[in-house]
Amino acid sequence: MKNYETLAEIQQDLSTGSIQCKDLVDFYLKRIHSAQNLNLFLEVYEEEARLRAAEIDQKISQGTQGKLAGLVLGVKDVICYQGHGLTAGSKILAGFESMFTATALQRLLDEDAIVIGRQNCDEFAMGSSNENSAYGPARNPVDPERVPGGSSGASAASVKAGLCHAALGSDTGGSVRQPSGFCGTIGFKPTYGRVSRWGLIAYASSFDQIGPITRSVEDTARIMEIMAGPDQLDNTAAVEEVPAYSQALKEDSGKTYTIAYIREALESPGLDPEIKQATQDLIQRFKDEGHTVKMVDFPYLDYVVPCYYVLTTAEASSNLSRYDGVHYGYRSPKAQTLEEVYTMSRSEGFGEEVKRRIMLGTFVLSAGYYDAYYTKAMKVRSLIQQETLEILKDCDFILTPTAPTPAFKLGEKANDPIEMFLSDIYTVHANLAGVPAISLPLGEHSSGLPFGIQLMGRAFDEENLLNFSSQIVKK
Amino acid sequence: MQINDELIDHLAKLSKLNFSEGEKEKMKHDFQQMLDFVDKLQEVNTDDVEPLIHMTKTVNQFRPDQPAQPFTQEEVVKNAPDHDGEHFKVPKVVKK
Repeated sequence: MKNYETLAEIQQDLSTGSIQCKDLVDFYLKRIHSAQNLNLFLEVYEEEARLRAAEIDQKISQGTQGKLAGLVLGVKDVICYQGHGLTAGSKILAGFESMFTATALQRLLDEDAIVIGRQNCDEFAMGSSNENSAYGPARNPVDPERVPGGSSGASAASVKAGLCHAALGSDTGGSVRQPSGFCGTIGFKPTYGRVSRWGLIAYASSFDQIGPITRSVEDTARIMEIMAGPDQLDNTAAVEEVPAYSQALKEDSGKTYTIAYIREALESPGLDPEIKQATQDLIQRFKDEGHTVKMVDFPYLDYVVPCYYVLTTAEASSNLSRYDGVHYGYRSPKAQTLEEVYTMSRSEGFGEEVKRRIMLGTFVLSAGYYDAYYTKAMKVRSLIQQETLEILKDCDFILTPTAPTPAFKLGEKANDPIEMFLSDIYTVHANLAGVPAISLPLGEHSSGLPFGIQLMGRAFDEENLLNFSSQIVKK
Repeated sequence: MQINDELIDHLAKLSKLNFSEGEKEKMKHDFQQMLDFVDKLQEVNTDDVEPLIHMTKTVNQFRPDQPAQPFTQEEVVKNAPDHDGEHFKVPKVVKK
């Protein structure tokens, strides 16, 4: 089987009959089985994927297939798929089965995408290394001693390792982009509201977005144009029209852009020198190619992660109150009273990081501390958004590294929650401001590990962000 | 701000969580670290700044008020740890 970079290449071979969907599925299944040491899939839909492939092969022979025929997709364990298990990487949801399918996923299925399995992640998407999964850590295929990033770590790792062609992850503070940087894939977080959140297990509702992880910008565009758009089931899903991103990519004539880079981000003491150098080289390349590059100050860089933690933990403490041991999920067998059903089920069912965040979120929302922490953070978020929009008035994009370092070793940051938080320093910015952002594989570190660069764009202007991304990776 | 046992107990109660003595010590330590970290926000001058409450500009998206039954009772209770087919079951809450 060829190493396909784009869905278009797959579809080309499907159309000539040199391969069938059945062969693709068998190929990925074989690879999934041989990569079990990486612990990337929590469940593989072996028989079902084969049946779907046979159905779609039938459609191809009749010329009635959907736009995504031949796309074999992995799905992060936070996205509902009717009749399939869903645990959010948590013991508290062991045995849970989805009653419906997430809108984003349903739209891809309607265009004949095949779901091959459910992928490991940090519990309730809370983490930056995939070590917080109740089902054991996922590993980085480039170096299995290292983490794949998080929280959609296994999804990025699976795409990199060729266990599926693309994956759907979710991004609350970088959970699609940071693992893409760590694994060497393309990770995309749409504008807040661009993609329906119906059927996505909620972590922090004013931050969460579903986003694709792919091997090519072209595939990101093709998945996004189908997945995005209004949804009656999610009133926060934006009504703005969704352009035909993939068509725009084809028609892009190499437009020149204005790119801002954040001085504080490049001067940050935690930034790996090689990543810094590579980012500077890219800035030079942009200038050489006729783009305008501007250095800007963003005085809030040191406040983005604290702001993110106050707000996301507050939202999480509220969202996770639904896990009560009554309606679904785990109930402690030791509970004798209703109060014990709640308390013991939650205490036994949630992992340590989730409990820490629930506690912090409860604190910042509690009487006496609400204004000092929660309202304060909403005000800081306001400033961060205003400042970001100000930069994006004159500049089309904001460039930063995706993460300050390449993938770290398993266990390296496990005992220091703050160290772990800081690996998201560049990515949380886009979620706080609500703007779209992408991580592109920039290069290879002397350690052999990949790393990424991030571009943020204007709200609802995914089109230019994808066009420019495509220009960058093509050269 | 110094974190003490009393605050941890209070938050645990509000969060419907409980911790063993060992867990509580660790939580106290981690919580202190996290709080010191987010306390950095107090440095930012936010006088006259409105809090950012809504992330989208969309308001009142109307749809026809049509009754529908997206799920059956059977489907709704299916994932419950204890049910009788029609109700979620919990330990008795009202004493005779």
